[in-house]
Amino acid sequence: MASPSDIREKLRKKRRAFQETLVPTKHDDEQALVASASVSEEAPPATMEQEPQSSHEDPAETLRRSLKAQRQMRKKKLLEESPALRSPAEGVEDISKVAEDEGSTKRTAAGSLTGPKSRGPHQFERFVTRRLEEKLRAARSQGQSLQLQELGEVAVSRLQSLRDRHTLTRFHSEDQDGTFQVPQDISTRVTFQDAARLVGERERPTTVEAYNFFTSNFDPEPEERSESTSKTSVQKKSAESCDDSREEAEEGGEEEHEEHNEEAPLMQDEDGNVFVIQQTSKDFLETTKAEYIGLRALALRRGGLLYTPSSQRVPTSVKLPENVTPRYLEEEGFYVGQRPPVTSTNENILENRMLKMEEGLKWFGDDGRIIALPDPIKESSSRPPLFHVEEDLDPALQTVFKKPMKCGHTHQAYIAGAADCEGDYQLDVDVSGLIFSHHPLFSREHVQGARLAQLYDQYLDRQRNKLAEHLTDKLNGLRNTMRNMLEIHSEQSLSPAMQQRIVEYGVEIKNTRQLRDSEQEKDRALLKSLVKVWKEIKSLREFQKFTNTPYKLCLRRENVDRLTDEQEYEKEVLAEVWELEAEEDVDYQRKLAEYKKQLDQWKTWRRKQKSQKKQKKMKKKKKGQPQEETEEDENDPDANESDGAVDDGPPKPEPPEKLDFDAIEQQVREKASRIRRKPGEAILIPEMSASGKISAADLCPKGEMARREDVAKRCVFIKVLYNDKEVSQTNSRTLNSDFKVHFGQIFNLKIVNCPKSITLQVFEEVASSCSLLAQVYVPVPGSSVVAGSAPMEEFEFSSKQRVMFDHEGVGSDVPLSFVADGSNRVVLLTSGKVSCCVSWGVGEDDLPLAPPVSQILGSVLGGHPEAAAHIGPSGLADMKKIGEWAAQSRLDPNDPRNTSIMQLLKVASSGEVTAADYFRLEQLQEEFNFVSDEDLDRSRRFRLLVLRSQEVPEFRNYKCVPAQEREVTDKVFKEYEKRLKDGEIIDTKEHLDSHRALVAKYLQKIREAVIHRFLLAKHHYLLSDLVVEEEMPSIGGAGPGILGLNLFHLAEPKRPLKPQRKERKKVTAQNLSDGDIKLLVNILRAYDIPVRRPPSSKAAQTSQGGMQAGDWLLGQVQVRPFVEVSFQRNVLQTTTADGPNPCWNEELQLPFSAPNGDYSIASLQSLKDEVFINVFDEVLHEIGVTDEEKGKSVHTRLEKHWLGSVKIPFSTIYSQCRIDGTFKVNTPAVLLGYSKERSHGNNGAYDNLRSLCEGAFITLFITIEPQLLPGESIREKIKELKLDSQEDEGLLQASERFERLAASEFPGRVCTTTVIDLNGKTVFISRYLRPLNPPQELLDAFPDNPAAAAAQVARFVSLIPSLPDRVSFAAICDLWSTCDQFLTLLAGDEEEHAVLLCNYFLFLGKKAWLIIGNAIPEGCSAYVLTQEESVYYMWNPSSGHYYGQYDTFCPLQAVGCLVSAGNVWLNIQEQVSPMRINFDVSRSHCWKPFFTGSFPHSSLTSVQPEQLVYRRSDRTTAVELQDRIERTLRDKIMSWRPHRPTRWNRHCTTALKHFLPSLELGGGGGRDAGEGHRHELQSMLGDNRISGFPLNMPFSEMAPIVEAVYSTGVHTTHSPNVEFALAVYVHPYPNNVLSVWVYLASLVRP
Amino acid sequence: MAASNPSVFLLSVNGQIEGADFPSYDNLYCKYCYVYGQDWIPTTGLEEGITQITCKGSQASHKLIWNFPLDVTFKSTNPSGWPQLVVSVYGPDVFGNDVVRGYGATHIPITPGQHTRTMAMFVPEPTWRLQKFTSWLMGRRPEYTDPKVVAQGEGREVTRVCSQGFVTVCFSIMMKDLKKLGYDSGPANPQSHAASSWSTEDQSNF
Repeated sequence: MASPSDIREKLRKKRRAFQETLVPTKHDDEQALVASASVSEEAPPATMEQEPQSSHEDPAETLRRSLKAQRQMRKKKLLEESPALRSPAEGVEDISKVAEDEGSTKRTAAGSLTGPKSRGPHQFERFVTRRLEEKLRAARSQGQSLQLQELGEVAVSRLQSLRDRHTLTRFHSEDQDGTFQVPQDISTRVTFQDAARLVGERERPTTVEAYNFFTSNFDPEPEERSESTSKTSVQKKSAESCDDSREEAEEGGEEEHEEHNEEAPLMQDEDGNVFVIQQTSKDFLETTKAEYIGLRALALRRGGLLYTPSSQRVPTSVKLPENVTPRYLEEEGFYVGQRPPVTSTNENILENRMLKMEEGLKWFGDDGRIIALPDPIKESSSRPPLFHVEEDLDPALQTVFKKPMKCGHTHQAYIAGAADCEGDYQLDVDVSGLIFSHHPLFSREHVQGARLAQLYDQYLDRQRNKLAEHLTDKLNGLRNTMRNMLEIHSEQSLSPAMQQRIVEYGVEIKNTRQLRDSEQEKDRALLKSLVKVWKEIKSLREFQKFTNTPYKLCLRRENVDRLTDEQEYEKEVLAEVWELEAEEDVDYQRKLAEYKKQLDQWKTWRRKQKSQKKQKKMKKKKKGQPQEETEEDENDPDANESDGAVDDGPPKPEPPEKLDFDAIEQQVREKASRIRRKPGEAILIPEMSASGKISAADLCPKGEMARREDVAKRCVFIKVLYNDKEVSQTNSRTLNSDFKVHFGQIFNLKIVNCPKSITLQVFEEVASSCSLLAQVYVPVPGSSVVAGSAPMEEFEFSSKQRVMFDHEGVGSDVPLSFVADGSNRVVLLTSGKVSCCVSWGVGEDDLPLAPPVSQILGSVLGGHPEAAAHIGPSGLADMKKIGEWAAQSRLDPNDPRNTSIMQLLKVASSGEVTAADYFRLEQLQEEFNFVSDEDLDRSRRFRLLVLRSQEVPEFRNYKCVPAQEREVTDKVFKEYEKRLKDGEIIDTKEHLDSHRALVAKYLQKIREAVIHRFLLAKHHYLLSDLVVEEEMPSIGGAGPGILGLNLFHLAEPKRPLKPQRKERKKVTAQNLSDGDIKLLVNILRAYDIPVRRPPSSKAAQTSQGGMQAGDWLLGQVQVRPFVEVSFQRNVLQTTTADGPNPCWNEELQLPFSAPNGDYSIASLQSLKDEVFINVFDEVLHEIGVTDEEKGKSVHTRLEKHWLGSVKIPFSTIYSQCRIDGTFKVNTPAVLLGYSKERSHGNNGAYDNLRSLCEGAFITLFITIEPQLLPGESIREKIKELKLDSQEDEGLLQASERFERLAASEFPGRVCTTTVIDLNGKTVFISRYLRPLNPPQELLDAFPDNPAAAAAQVARFVSLIPSLPDRVSFAAICDLWSTCDQFLTLLAGDEEEHAVLLCNYFLFLGKKAWLIIGNAIPEGCSAYVLTQEESVYYMWNPSSGHYYGQYDTFCPLQAVGCLVSAGNVWLNIQEQVSPMRINFDVSRSHCWKPFFTGSFPHSSLTSVQPEQLVYRRSDRTTAVELQDRIERTLRDKIMSWRPHRPTRWNRHCTTALKHFLPSLELGGGGGRDAGEGHRHELQSMLGDNRISGFPLNMPFSEMAPIVEAVYSTGVHTTHSPNVEFALAVYVHPYPNNVLSVWVYLASLVRP
Repeated sequence: MAASNPSVFLLSVNGQIEGADFPSYDNLYCKYCYVYGQDWIPTTGLEEGITQITCKGSQASHKLIWNFPLDVTFKSTNPSGWPQLVVSVYGPDVFGNDVVRGYGATHIPITPGQHTRTMAMFVPEPTWRLQKFTSWLMGRRPEYTDPKVVAQGEGREVTRVCSQGFVTVCFSIMMKDLKKLGYDSGPANPQSHAASSWSTEDQSNF
């Protein structure tokens, strides 16, 4: 019964002892090195011996008694200690003894021992109070009865009597007052009041003792001494009230104040009354002379009244009562909170002031400082701000008080019940100290010392366990038993059971002996190594001439009786030998038996073999091979081998060796000498002490001094982490020379969460930087581990940090050798032990503040009670143990109860907790899958839905997906699958060769990528996409502003003379349907339409010819042009006008319908339709005039002759909203029957200006009605999409700034600084410019004519086809390819053409820039600017034409910026038209450069290749293509004329074929060529009316050529006798750039 | 139903736009249209309509009453994209300009029977104060490019709206063959799938 409590008591004591050992001032430090061991060392020998026994459950009565005696002794000792050293703990101990004594007097002797002692010190207080209460209650009841008797007496007299006794009670009342002030709970207060009263009445020594205890515990506050009189009255009152209920006592306390207040003025009043009576009116008037007080006197007087506290430091002795030394609670291991920061000056002033005050000393604590609470002010307010609104709050908003309720289902992470105030749990973490077993700052001696200490520790441990002795005893016992057994049973024959037992004993003896031998060997080795290390330390100390460690090892010799020792030794050896012999003998016998058996087997086998052999031999002999029998024996193995087939039988067994008893003895003796001490040798008992002296620092060499300094600099502290959250940290303590750190801090953790882990982090602090040394995981204590009873545990830690020093410190993780030659290296890691103790706090009601066991386990093990039972509560945090346990108990991994454990183990075994690294959004997704993924994939209906939602073109507007799977036919997918397949296989017939096929594939891919990006952007909405809103009115600006000048619009005439087009309201395309949209084409006028040539003199003789000639002469009917606009196969035409400069001013409305009725922006933008505007000449022919009708009626036939065309893609119109301008009409180089000669040049100056440009022009205005919202917004959105880039971030930002500036200051001006390359990366634009070589052929063609060469180069560039689908996305997402990519792809938009052309020009040595601007009809486009002798030319890269700066009809309308290889300039001039701006980029007021002096050019490398490599032009493929085109066109023309015969004029065709190459060489032909052709044809074909023209275009695909031919309308001639001529020529340029010429002519025979 | 015909279900919507409660406006009329998914086809009835202009009565309720009948039948193969009724209310402002007073949308109830829905109406807000003033002055309030926007979720995040009032609509819903296709739309009469004719159960919830 008593032993557990005793043990606990002892443990507590031990812990205290350990703490004491750690306090350096009190004890030596040596024992602290091995704390638990040293404690046991220190204890008297009796304990030493008995402890193991007690642990062995040997409940000897004597032990208990001795323990008790010892404890009593100890207590006495403690009591005898000087009062100055009394710590509160000891005080408590003291009292407890008193209480114990008390208790023992009251209780039975048996109960006295167990009862109070088993409780902790907390319980003692409570116990005492309870005892006191009991007594007081008894006493009070007595007092009551007394008072009841005295009730009749007058209260005053009682008061009087109390006053009389004042001197007597004074002491007690003072004390009582003191306790009254102490913030204790009411019960104690009341008790004390009562107690005091009782003391007054009946003096009892025991209560006085207890009273002393309380008064000594709390600081007396004698402040209220003056009120003692009132107090006594209160006492009386409370005594009279005769109530022991606490509330009333409290009321009494309040009344006390009231009464005091009532009494005080009464007294004053009395005094005042007396005063007033004695005074007369004379007294009020007194006449004295004016008093003057000198300044000094005033100062003196004032000095008496005023006090200026000095800010000098107050010596501690003043602040404390006399003869009291300051006591520092921190040093005693108490937790003292951080004091609030006060400046020392203020503190000093305060202290001085207090000292001046009466009873000022009570403000000072034991340590001589002002008593201060830890800083109570929180940095931030924890209470949300309250807004006091009006009183009449909405009743729904009124706050309602609700009682706090216990939450029904608490989260698992929280301990149930923790929410109540009662149920808070407290975990006490006691971090007592830290010992380094290795530290980087260890010197060599330290290392050795640590080793020595470790070994000694081990040695002590072994000594304590005494395994060897224990085993020896056991061995002896066994031997005796065996011997006895043999002796007893030697006579009789042994029964089998007995024999069995003997054998078992033998085995056990053998095992025990081996165990003992190994233990002895270990002991011996340990001793040896201990000595060895000590010797090493000594030699090291000698060598280095100083000592660093205080260790000392003494070997105590314990002499033994040599004779008996030898005898025992011999006996032991003999016994062993005998046993061994017996064992060997048994072994031998067994082996022998085995041998015999084997031999028998072998012999029989052998015999069999022989007989077989003989039979064989016989056979052999028959063949006539005589051989001797003897030989056969020898050759037998050979024969066996040669036979092969015979299995090799058992080998011949070896006979077992005979036993060699001498050898056995020899062995035994050898072993004995090795593992045991020699007989007669003294027993060596090592004793280690740390009493050695450490050499002073000045005796040490420099390196050592540096090391010591470094040590002194280091501080160590420990952070306490609870559930991986830092909860507190210890003070940082400096590292001592012995590398032991004492913290002695206890952290009381109030916990709410379930304990999962408690971690201590050891930090080392050097100067201001601190580093984590190691982490120590402390197991969560079981709920039975309660503060006070929990033992101090040591936890090892180590760190892998590599540390090296240049001084004596050995470092960590550094190889280290103690031998002079540097061999035998060891690597030491920083390591050490933390001694700490984690336990559950104990509440006031003696209950541990630990959560129920199930909850701790629940958090870890998911309610697996067996696991907890098996491993023990402290092992729960240890994964390894759980793992072992799980492996042992063969947990069923499929048992749902085990899932949490299994998961835990899985996590633990995988090394790190990966589960928490990610958050899974739909972790239950799988469970909701109602069909498998395969089924889903197979479902046709699902596929249809998916494709539709992905907006695959075939399914984008698919209506009514069938409801049932079976109703979805495969037909639906046929088209889509076909397209998918076609994507792979490209029709090679359509394309020139496989190269083009590849290019097409590549383009398709780019297109898809762009579409994808586009689709992404489509889902970004802007406000303007959704809400129609009037634009912001602006002051004076254009647009719908109302505030400024636009107000005056109201006063404008309704029909102004020069009407201007107004901006219309834009309509988004989504709510439109077929027929809503119309394309408006306004054809205004045309210039320089080619005029009909007068027919040749021969033809002029005909009647019409005559008429025409007449016209010609009159200058009237030169040409009758009209315009035909075709769009989406709708054709409309204007009326016919007259002359080469006609004016139509007509508006044509063409209906527009979007494909699939899809009017979304995306589909409109990708519309590929083009608007063809063809200019025709209407020719009137009189036909078939019969003689009889002559003069009555005229039959004429209208014929239209194609003169030229303008093509405008719909996407351009859509993105530009309107197209307004004068366009160059693409007229063929040669127009048979027409001439471009100006009508006799009588227009004067205007004509000169126009001569710069050639060809016909037409002025158009095209728009869409209603105005559709263009895809502009999408382009902006695309820009918003961040694309990755390899450019410097600064550059990107700068370019963004630049573009934003351009957009804000010059709206509408195109400014591009960065573009997207084919990989989708942003690239700075000037990287695209770099001189690049054009094909050599082109240069060679005109070696001495740079202008011609430039034209040739421009033509080459223009012949590179434009991207076939550029209309779809070019405007939205410009992808810029480099020149080599461009040439490989052979497709690109204007920018690529422009870049290539610019690069060529740069190579040719021209000054060239890239113009980014607006052109018609392309919109935002790129042109090339060249400068030649202060004349600027602008090149249209897609057509190869160039324009002078002052060219009226230049399609470039606005210049946004210029780009060169080194810079970008933004046009900051007022005008944008190239005619009106200055192209000199050096003028800073005209052009704003991107790279300036402040932001220099950062040498951007070009993205272009250094050189372009061209493939030779391929003549043969060109010829092939030529034939193919010709065939196709022929077929097409014939098919376009289904009802009429199409005749081909072969003569003409050959003639035309002959012309074409010359046209190509002429670089686009000219007027002269046309003239020549006409003449030639005329001469060849006589008087046929010829009209025809050559068409030239770059080759990309067949379809555009066919379309171009169709649009000329040559085939529409209705003449019955018409003949056609068609010639095709393909001119190859390098790199497969092909120029296609189609010469088309119609001949009408007159 | 024959297997050769594609299996569809029919949704018949009868009802009326009863009236509105716009506290501060008068003389309002309303337009309605339906928004439905790609798999839906209106078979009969008016898809769009415009009501008469109504002004507040003198009685205490101050409600605007239209009592405009709705009658439309949809055919569909897929419940996704269930039709929604989109209502937009217009009326003259102080200067007599016709401005929008509210947009609202509600799904056609998905269970057969009688239902009453009250739609909260809202209008897009001008982007900033001055614009608010000018739009008031000019009588050009911001409007949705397409009233159907209010039936879609996409792109709404760019707009700011202001609530205006309420429109009450009542529906009588009938369905055919929805259950046959495996969709169970709420509480249904067990008779409904036995009879292949129009299921005209009327649950008087209200």
